[in-house]
Amino acid sequence: MTKEITDTLAKHIAEKILKQPARIIGAEDAIISSGLVDSFSLVDLALFVEDTYGVRIEDSELNVSTFDNLNQLAGLIEARRQK
Amino acid sequence: MTTFSARLNLHLERIPDQVAVILQVSGRDDLPITYSQLLAGAQGFANALGSSGIRSSEVVILILQHGPGLIHSYFGAVIHGAIPSIMPFLTEKLSPERYRADLTALIHVTRPAAIVTYAEFEQEVRAAVKDGDSVRAVICMEDVSPEVPDPSRWGGLKCTPENTVLLQHSSGTTGLQKGVALSHRAVFNQLDAYGQTLELNKNDVIVSWLPLYHDMGLIAGFLLPVLFGIPLVLMSPFDWVRAPYRLLQSVSKYRGTLSWLPNFAYNFCARKIRDRHLEGVDLSSWRAVINCSEPVRPESHQAFNQRFKDYGLREGVLHTCYAMAENVFAVTQSDLNNNPRVELIDREAFMRDRIVRDVNGGSSLKVMSSGRLLPNVQIQIVDENGHVLPERVVGEIKLQSNCMLNEYYNRPDATEKALVDGWYLTGDFGYFSGGELFVSGRKKDVIIVGGRNVYPQDLEMLTYEVPGVHAGRSVAFGMFDEEQGTEEVVIIAEGDAEDEMGRQKIADAIRQYVTTNSAIALRYVKVVGPKWIVKTSSGKTARSANKEKFLNELKNNGHL
Repeated sequence: MTKEITDTLAKHIAEKILKQPARIIGAEDAIISSGLVDSFSLVDLALFVEDTYGVRIEDSELNVSTFDNLNQLAGLIEARRQK
Repeated sequence: MTTFSARLNLHLERIPDQVAVILQVSGRDDLPITYSQLLAGAQGFANALGSSGIRSSEVVILILQHGPGLIHSYFGAVIHGAIPSIMPFLTEKLSPERYRADLTALIHVTRPAAIVTYAEFEQEVRAAVKDGDSVRAVICMEDVSPEVPDPSRWGGLKCTPENTVLLQHSSGTTGLQKGVALSHRAVFNQLDAYGQTLELNKNDVIVSWLPLYHDMGLIAGFLLPVLFGIPLVLMSPFDWVRAPYRLLQSVSKYRGTLSWLPNFAYNFCARKIRDRHLEGVDLSSWRAVINCSEPVRPESHQAFNQRFKDYGLREGVLHTCYAMAENVFAVTQSDLNNNPRVELIDREAFMRDRIVRDVNGGSSLKVMSSGRLLPNVQIQIVDENGHVLPERVVGEIKLQSNCMLNEYYNRPDATEKALVDGWYLTGDFGYFSGGELFVSGRKKDVIIVGGRNVYPQDLEMLTYEVPGVHAGRSVAFGMFDEEQGTEEVVIIAEGDAEDEMGRQKIADAIRQYVTTNSAIALRYVKVVGPKWIVKTSSGKTARSANKEKFLNELKNNGHL
């Protein structure tokens, strides 16, 4: 399940945010602190998560201390879906 | 002619209990600050500067984030008679080493006498200060408390209108060491002229999320309201970028009338705000939302209008302005009673001959006016030999006004180059048509990303520090993104790699290194084999030729 989510997120980031469809993003790769996803694109990512999984990420959570890789983000999504 | 301190003293006497600033920080209650509170906070900092032996007309650098400390210390320096200048705070994106190097460079050129920062950042600041530097005091804002405002002790009341009141450092790494020095007279001449053009009145409320280290944020979104007694609702740029709806909620809550935004923000708001964040939002109080500091696009206005018209946004409130720190701020402003004029011009005549003609059948280009000149500004459009060009011919914009910079601080070389016979050569291209200015491009290869100027040379230099990249073999340029409404940065570098995986690894390293050393996000990073990059016959990197080559490749691969 987690893998399905990280794959979907990785695909979205590669295609829509980085515009490099062939780009592979590992589930443990840092995405925020590495500069891969900049602050202007964080809102995009939050909107995508909301549309795809029905899970809200508040704007105050859009920073490295909440998640910095896809496994962490997927964990957050799963935890909130179960509620 | 007045000075900052004289004006603030007047506010303290006449409107001490009027709210000057409503400060918004995500997760906290809004904080209203009255003039007497503002000046009590400022008095605390003025006293701290005084007891550290800081004198009038010495420079004080402020390294603080959005918050009361930044506002109080800014006006503390002003009433003390010192010269404040804001340096952006270290962000999580930027590497601390690079930040320290930038700060050291800034200290070297600007020669500040004091730096104000947080206790927890003090060590970082001290690490950038070298023995024998000008800095005599590092003041921690936590050590400063408000004091009863006492104008009889204000060194700022002894300033003359010609004295430099503030330094405005232009953004971009190369530009960092160039501080635009502005006098009291220049700032008030600008604010008087601009205020008249905007028909400022006592019902106005300005709402801003713009950073104060940028001219648009500092002048339009901070000094104009505070000095003119117009309430300011001020939020943090970091909060806004994560929650753009906050701007609209604040306009609705406080009946905001005026805001300034860079072009990309129109697209950003139109595309990234959910209906649920707009429940109950009423934007009918907005009388002007002014597009400034990057190329203005009619498509961006259209998207914004379309998205928010059901929330009370009135037709005809989106406007344009052409501005620069060297003129304090605004040079032109579109007529507030009409939509900014949009011209459909002949693309070929414009591209090839730099002549503006109405389109007649062929391919067209849509350009939006930046409006008419402020009453105190004169402009000439000149060719490369300095000859004045007629209407509807594109040339460099040259300006003169009574609100120009005193100098680039401690940079007589840069000052001499920029100011010729009292005229300032802007480096921007544009043309006049029907008494309105249309800005069409720039002379230098500056990339403007989200209102911030970025020098491609700086980014290229950084790529050479990445292992595997060939020295002198990389190119950076901007590419306009229709969806985002701003330019995005592309870097292409020739590198040592056997295969696609290897190239990807170098590309990732470039992305990370350049971003953490410039705080600029890169959109495309492409690592290519030897001899991809086009050079001119003199060995210089030809940015436009490389851009064209890259765009063609994108097109051929079906990505564009």
